[in-house]
Amino acid sequence: MANLLNPVNMPDTLVRATVDVQGRSLWRDAWGRFMRNRAAFWSLITLVCVGIFATVGPFMAVWSNQDIDWAVLGNVAEMGRPAIANGHYFGTDELGRDLFARTVQGTQISLMVGIVGAIIAVIVGTLYGAVSGYLGGKVDSVMMRLVDILLSIPYMFVLILMLVVFGKSIVMLFIGIGLLSWLEMSRIVRGQTLSLKNKEFVEAAIATGVRPLRIILRHIVPNLMGVVAVYATLLVPSMIIYESFISFLGLGVQEPMTSLGALISAGSSQMRYGVLWQIGFPLGIFIIILFSLFFVGDGLRDALDPKDR
Amino acid sequence: MFNFIARRLAVAIPTILILIVASFMLMYSAPGGPFTRERKLPPEVLANIEAKYGLDKPLPTQIVNYTWGVVAHFDFGPSFKYKDQSVNDLIASGFPVTLTYGSIGFVLAVLIGVGLGVTAAIAQNSWLDYMAVGISIGAQVLPNFVLAPILVLVFTLWLGWLPGGGWNGGAWPNLVMPVIALATSYMASIARITRSSMLEVLNANFIRTARAKGLPTRRIILRHALKPALLPLLSYLGPVFVAMITGSVIVDMYFSTGGIGQYFVNSALNRDYSVIMGITILLGVLTITFNLVVDILYAWIDPKIRL
Repeated sequence: MANLLNPVNMPDTLVRATVDVQGRSLWRDAWGRFMRNRAAFWSLITLVCVGIFATVGPFMAVWSNQDIDWAVLGNVAEMGRPAIANGHYFGTDELGRDLFARTVQGTQISLMVGIVGAIIAVIVGTLYGAVSGYLGGKVDSVMMRLVDILLSIPYMFVLILMLVVFGKSIVMLFIGIGLLSWLEMSRIVRGQTLSLKNKEFVEAAIATGVRPLRIILRHIVPNLMGVVAVYATLLVPSMIIYESFISFLGLGVQEPMTSLGALISAGSSQMRYGVLWQIGFPLGIFIIILFSLFFVGDGLRDALDPKDR
Repeated sequence: MFNFIARRLAVAIPTILILIVASFMLMYSAPGGPFTRERKLPPEVLANIEAKYGLDKPLPTQIVNYTWGVVAHFDFGPSFKYKDQSVNDLIASGFPVTLTYGSIGFVLAVLIGVGLGVTAAIAQNSWLDYMAVGISIGAQVLPNFVLAPILVLVFTLWLGWLPGGGWNGGAWPNLVMPVIALATSYMASIARITRSSMLEVLNANFIRTARAKGLPTRRIILRHALKPALLPLLSYLGPVFVAMITGSVIVDMYFSTGGIGQYFVNSALNRDYSVIMGITILLGVLTITFNLVVDILYAWIDPKIRL
């Protein structure tokens, strides 16, 4: 008996049987598929590095993001080059402020916008879509009509209008992006809910007298998590692009705070003076973030969404 | 079909009205009126100006007047900052510019995008396919505010081939970069959508039948595969067309083309409420109208949608 429990002494067929019995959860399976996707794997590692850059960066920076280095001011093109010696690892901007600290801060804002947008989309969009799809009928058509109406509004312009009216602040930017982010998600979730709600396990729950809200939260929503995770990841880059777009126009994050979009804008207006590091670093980090998010989202979709495989 | 159109109109018209009223309410609730200056105006002068622009009337009257002006006369009222110019004047001077490079960009994006997508699908998993997919991923990750500075850096500062901005009556050197900056990301999405729907069609039974009958490949693709493959693209092209025609705000801003987006951003920075509101409403109406037209076209081509 002791021999049999030791895998080394077991016959091949028995080993396979024990492994099979263990079983693999959906998430475990998806994780395996995700890790096998090389582009997605390395993108995830890159994203983690960018995250570390954003969190550890402030402690590495010699200068703060708003201090002006008077030694450099006036001759930024020569003195403000990226250098280790004076602590300006990424050089300085046209006002002699440390670009490393500013890029770190911009990266923080961009990542935060992406994460906040995704969280709002996940919470609001999932609940809204699941409720709409599960209840069906009149409620469903009213709720979805509302989403249709909101989706047909040119959001970028309304968002800018709101920023002008209520003042340009980061809070307003978050509210605006939050208002927009959940719409597509609620549609996708609704579609999934429609196909789930006639399954046997929901019927069983109804038969045992579970309340609708509890069915939605305990039985429908957990089964939606795969799709929701995929679309939330795909949503993050577009949220980041929205924020940078608005900050590029000077309507988003205001001085002394900054964001990658604002830094790219500032750098591009200085390009002709040969200070290319001012656009290079923020632009590089921005592209790295977007590329990695794109591949991670794609990998997650391949891993979790069986429809597209 | 009639029912379908009526139902769509029943959504579109209220949406437009809601957009107008909501924009007005937003503007009305803004802190500080349009004539709030550093130096306070004497109250009598302020009252006179407000009477001139109809701002002394109660809110419901103002909303009705404004909405009626927009709906019946297409009149967005005066600009509060550009003296002696109405919002309509600004739109009339900015819109043709945006329309010009927007349409050029749209045509190019569709032609190149569809071409790339179809080529990639036919030569699936070949180097051509990988190249097309690579281009479209790259273009998707480069939003126009990233692309525009890169273009200027390369073509204006390094090579010195193209002017870095300005409109110059729409001369072609001034058009090249705005068009590329505007069209690239849309081109990429079009290529991606075309590729996946073309792949789906190429694996369909009727294509296999056509192959089995011995039709030449060129004929199969042009006569049989292309039409059903491009159908899903149609619903995407509606919003894209509006987005490109109304112009990317960034392109107008960055290349100083004098398009509508430039007025929009300048007004946003100067708190010129009536201009922002007018442009928002104009673009909203255009978006909604085009979506409606595309929906109806789509339902006309593919009756399955009409449910």
